[in-house]
Amino acid sequence: MPLLAVGWRGLAEATTGLRPADWAALRFTLGQAAVSAAISVALAIPVARALARRHFPGRGAIVLLLGAPFILPVIVAVLGLVAVFGRGGVVNDALGALGIEAVSIYGPHGVVLAHVFFNMPLATRLILQGWATIPGERMRLAASLSFGPAETFRLLEWPMLRAVVPGIFTVIFLICTTSFAVALALGGGPRATTVELAIYQAFRFDFDLSRAALLGALQLALGALAALAALRLSLPSGFGAGLDRVAQRWDSASPGLRIQDALAILAACLFLLLPMGLILAEGARHVVDLPGAVWAAAARSLVLALTAAVATVALALAMAHAVTGQKGGWVEVAGTLSIAASPLVLGTGLYILLLPVANPVALALPVTAFVNVVLALPFALRALIPAMRDLQADYGQLSASLGLTGLTWLRLVALPRLRRPAGFAAGLTAALAAGDLGVIALFAAPDQATLPLVLYQLMGAYRMEEAKAAALVLVALSLGLFWLFERGGRHAAT
Amino acid sequence: MLRLDGLRIDLGSFVLQADTAFEAGRITALMGASGSGKSTLLNAIAGFQAPTSGKVQIDGTDITDLTPGDRPLSILFQDQNLFPHLTLADNVGLGLRSNLRLTRDESAARDGALGRVGLSGLGGRLPRDLSGGQQSRAALARALLRRRPWLLLDEPFSALGPALRAEMLDLVAETAMSEGLSVLMVTHDPADARRIADMTAVVADGKVAKPQPTAALFENPTAALRSYLG
Repeated sequence: MPLLAVGWRGLAEATTGLRPADWAALRFTLGQAAVSAAISVALAIPVARALARRHFPGRGAIVLLLGAPFILPVIVAVLGLVAVFGRGGVVNDALGALGIEAVSIYGPHGVVLAHVFFNMPLATRLILQGWATIPGERMRLAASLSFGPAETFRLLEWPMLRAVVPGIFTVIFLICTTSFAVALALGGGPRATTVELAIYQAFRFDFDLSRAALLGALQLALGALAALAALRLSLPSGFGAGLDRVAQRWDSASPGLRIQDALAILAACLFLLLPMGLILAEGARHVVDLPGAVWAAAARSLVLALTAAVATVALALAMAHAVTGQKGGWVEVAGTLSIAASPLVLGTGLYILLLPVANPVALALPVTAFVNVVLALPFALRALIPAMRDLQADYGQLSASLGLTGLTWLRLVALPRLRRPAGFAAGLTAALAAGDLGVIALFAAPDQATLPLVLYQLMGAYRMEEAKAAALVLVALSLGLFWLFERGGRHAAT
Repeated sequence: MLRLDGLRIDLGSFVLQADTAFEAGRITALMGASGSGKSTLLNAIAGFQAPTSGKVQIDGTDITDLTPGDRPLSILFQDQNLFPHLTLADNVGLGLRSNLRLTRDESAARDGALGRVGLSGLGGRLPRDLSGGQQSRAALARALLRRRPWLLLDEPFSALGPALRAEMLDLVAETAMSEGLSVLMVTHDPADARRIADMTAVVADGKVAKPQPTAALFENPTAALRSYLG
């Protein structure tokens, strides 16, 4: 519905045409997404390769660490990157000591840097899965034919990469085209404005609803195109199993290769941990000085996250049930369709829909919760649909023969058996909703700000110490909620 | 009386036809090779497989369109007879009330049924803490509590060793006798049929033969049974 509203309104305004600034935003959106995706994948390949062929203590922790940016609040990561690469950051201090002029993190390269921070780990995990699909027997055969690393790469690894990398590139490209919070914090201006940011600016500064809708339609078309492209490529399944498996291999024992792999892993860890470490360490020193308004915002974020988590899981359970029943595939399609929707487009659509009946600003928090539910739904469905299929296959007949239906079935069979995927889905939704800086920036009045928004405002006011302390609280909230839900689901599973 | 009235089931190119009746108050074995369609027939009677045409009647009532839970029968599957996350008491209690809100009398009845199958005091355990034989006993206890006149067995004891299987079959025969249950059991093993079945019907070539007294049938096998026994 909100998507239709945007599309309708956008088409109606299409006569006024796109301004040059809008074209620039479109060009920047596509350009930075392509560059971000390319760099992410290029950096991920050596790291994934190193992780695929080395077994060492702490490997599991590193694979886990690579999953963390996905649920890390964007604004926190941005703050961390500023602490490392910003003016007065670690990198510029080092450059200054060498007599090189400081570089600024703000602008197009800052946006790309942040996107690489988020997506290189994702790409690494996905490519690592590709490596895990090469059977160990193949490696044994390669060793018996005395393949060196070059032959192994050419005959075994390159074909695998050629199969998985286009899909991974597309996924990351898609993610980067809907980037809002990164562009809001590090971009802006004529050179670094994404379409999403342009929607926000049209909305917030010019209050030009028609233009926001037009841009929203543009973003929607962009997302739909990219989603279509993604459907045609073979996509890896995302959070997969098998990442802990290391196939034994015989081609890469030379010291040179060992050092190369160690460096790749070390560099990746440093890139991910340094920004986080810096702000969390400093934030810890100031967390007691945080003003009450920040804690109030944290409470709002907590309620928001819990609401979104419960609603998402309830909706995803109902949809998964419908999908596995006879009612067919349209539910699945509706669920995955929302991948193409961006938070700002949804927000604009809801605003247009709500405007005639209510004051949208008063509904900022419910709207934010709703948008987060829609955005988390594809992930929740991906976790719950296979589990629901298994449940029906294993216990569908038993439940039917005992007349277990409706709520009784839900209470006695579905919830206990699906605790694990449901806990994962709830944790993911809660973490994403707690850290979300999207629609809330469109709507919120000062007394409704969530923690990410307060953090952004603190950053904008250069109150960096408070910002870092707030970041610590936000990370604790978001990762803590994920951990609690996920652990809860896993613990009870039998 | 369980009557199959012109029943026809189509599964891809496989067709099974049945036009026969099984007497109440007896144990009838459905015997045939794997893939002969005996489990398919049981699924159709239990309501998991919709027939292409024909009717299933129990005591003159057409049950063809009833949902599985509403049919006057209980069924024990080959596996997955218990929910692994529910205790034995809860698994058995489902036979009394599917929402598990049992009255005190019902709880007592449940414990009685557990005792009947030799599982007294094990109600608090989870299925994974029990042996295969004990799990079968629990499923049987639940079927007793449901008090449906027919009991369908889809080779639920096939994973047990020979001695344990014989013991479970005897338990079924005993309880069927004392509770007045009618039993329809699928088996591929002639020894199972000879052990407890009053009547045996051979399923072969897409057809269900008329049930015959088991002893007489094995003494004087039909052509279909002869080719099955080899």
